[in-house]
Amino acid sequence: MTNDNKNTDINKNHKKFLHEENKIRKVEAPDGSIITVDPLNDYFLTDRPQVREPKNKVVEKFLNWARAESLWVLGFGTGCGSIEIPPLVTPRFDAYRFGVQMRPTPRQSNVFIISGYLAVKTLKRVIRTYEQMQGPKYVLALGSCTINGGMYWDSYNTINRLDHFIPVDVYVAGCMPRPEALLAGFMKLKERIKAGRAEGANEYAEKFDWYKENQKKIINDWNMPDYNW
Amino acid sequence: MDIVIKLFYVFLGLFIVLNWGMLMSATMSKIVARVAGRYGIPFYQPWINLLKLYTLRDSITHGVMFYLGPIFRMSGGVGIFLFMPMIFGSAYFSNFSFAGDLVLILYFQFFGMLGMALGASEGGHPYSTIGVSRGLSQFTTIELPMTLAVISLAIQYNTLSITDIVAAQQGGLMHWTLFTNPVATIAAMLSLLGAFGHSPFNLVKAPNEIPIGPPTEYHSAFLGVLRTNAAILHVVEAVLFMNLFFGGAGSWIELIIKSFFIYFWSVFVGVVFPRFRIEQSVQWFLKIPLLFGVIAIIIYM
Repeated sequence: MTNDNKNTDINKNHKKFLHEENKIRKVEAPDGSIITVDPLNDYFLTDRPQVREPKNKVVEKFLNWARAESLWVLGFGTGCGSIEIPPLVTPRFDAYRFGVQMRPTPRQSNVFIISGYLAVKTLKRVIRTYEQMQGPKYVLALGSCTINGGMYWDSYNTINRLDHFIPVDVYVAGCMPRPEALLAGFMKLKERIKAGRAEGANEYAEKFDWYKENQKKIINDWNMPDYNW
Repeated sequence: MDIVIKLFYVFLGLFIVLNWGMLMSATMSKIVARVAGRYGIPFYQPWINLLKLYTLRDSITHGVMFYLGPIFRMSGGVGIFLFMPMIFGSAYFSNFSFAGDLVLILYFQFFGMLGMALGASEGGHPYSTIGVSRGLSQFTTIELPMTLAVISLAIQYNTLSITDIVAAQQGGLMHWTLFTNPVATIAAMLSLLGAFGHSPFNLVKAPNEIPIGPPTEYHSAFLGVLRTNAAILHVVEAVLFMNLFFGGAGSWIELIIKSFFIYFWSVFVGVVFPRFRIEQSVQWFLKIPLLFGVIAIIIYM
């Protein structure tokens, strides 16, 4: 890997923050032999994310239509904007009409709504969750906090620009945007997917080093693998 | 040559059952949505979901059993279909039904769950294991009244062949098991509520509680297989009850109407009653449905 040298310093700095259960340790097996366990290498895949190019134009257009009409949203609320999600799926706004469904697990979700300001502590969970989602995956950023920090722009504990950390497909401006705005954001996302421009997962894989550098600058206690499969 | 024609009709039947199952689940979601005052998903949503799931670009695995879990589940659903006479009197849509198919189908109902238990555990997510343990303990208690009702039917009609049971119910409404053996029908229809896993008994997947239970780690094509199986399984389970208690079906139209109402019974109960906890659910099945099951046996002793 070409980036190893570049990231060595960052990685070294973060070694000391490893949790106890992630450190290399010796374990006694039931038969009495001593085994060395390196959790970060043994329990997690060390591969980097791969770019998956769309292959056939006609087929991909059809599949993009299917992906756009079946948006599964991860139920993950990061800031005050998450209060706008329940009205979205209940009778008043009823997003189910547009093929938008809530899913409880990142494995089954395609759309990640970052609903408002991101504390550094939450950013770590967001990165972890985003990386566990299966591509193609889309990010919908809600509220002015994700664009430039909004009313938290000089806060000591929140990030300002979300797209420095994960690729964002659609921004919905406002503080807070109402559910109508969120629905309009979903429509915009659908247009983007159908036009084949929503390639956030590939962008993340291409600029992986840049994203990791930004993430590690903010997150001091980095105690997880570099890529969370 | 016969077997080729037979296989053609089996696959045709499977195709019809799969599509009817997806249309039925979409219709039921729409009904549930209307009850909640919503508009609901479009009727073609399940097909799009399936298409999307099968064509996701990424998918990761947790090991061999993680692959085999959905396959086992699928073979459970398709296995029931293969031995289920779908249309009474049709040589082709009777599939591979034989003299003892009722016992085999009861076995296949549990087979898929066991396979899924192994696969979901390999995923390593704690909620999967909780969901699986709930599912197995609930299904064990569902099986009791259901099996007692089936044994009651076997004694009543003196056969273990579904085709024979359907044949014995021909000749009018009053020949249905619903009227000739109402106690067994009540026991079976109450246990059916658990088998379909709608609201009072949906603690296996329990949305909002243990996020989604056994399939927590399943995604892309794995989840696609599980959803395909769910569509098939809902129809064939409804067809099993239709054959046993509601006089079978002479045509696909009759099958569609009857299976719709049998499935609707569980949805109807589901939108009215909130979710049980696991101990409430187990105790419930061991009380009233089991009592009806035992009475159904005693009557025919």
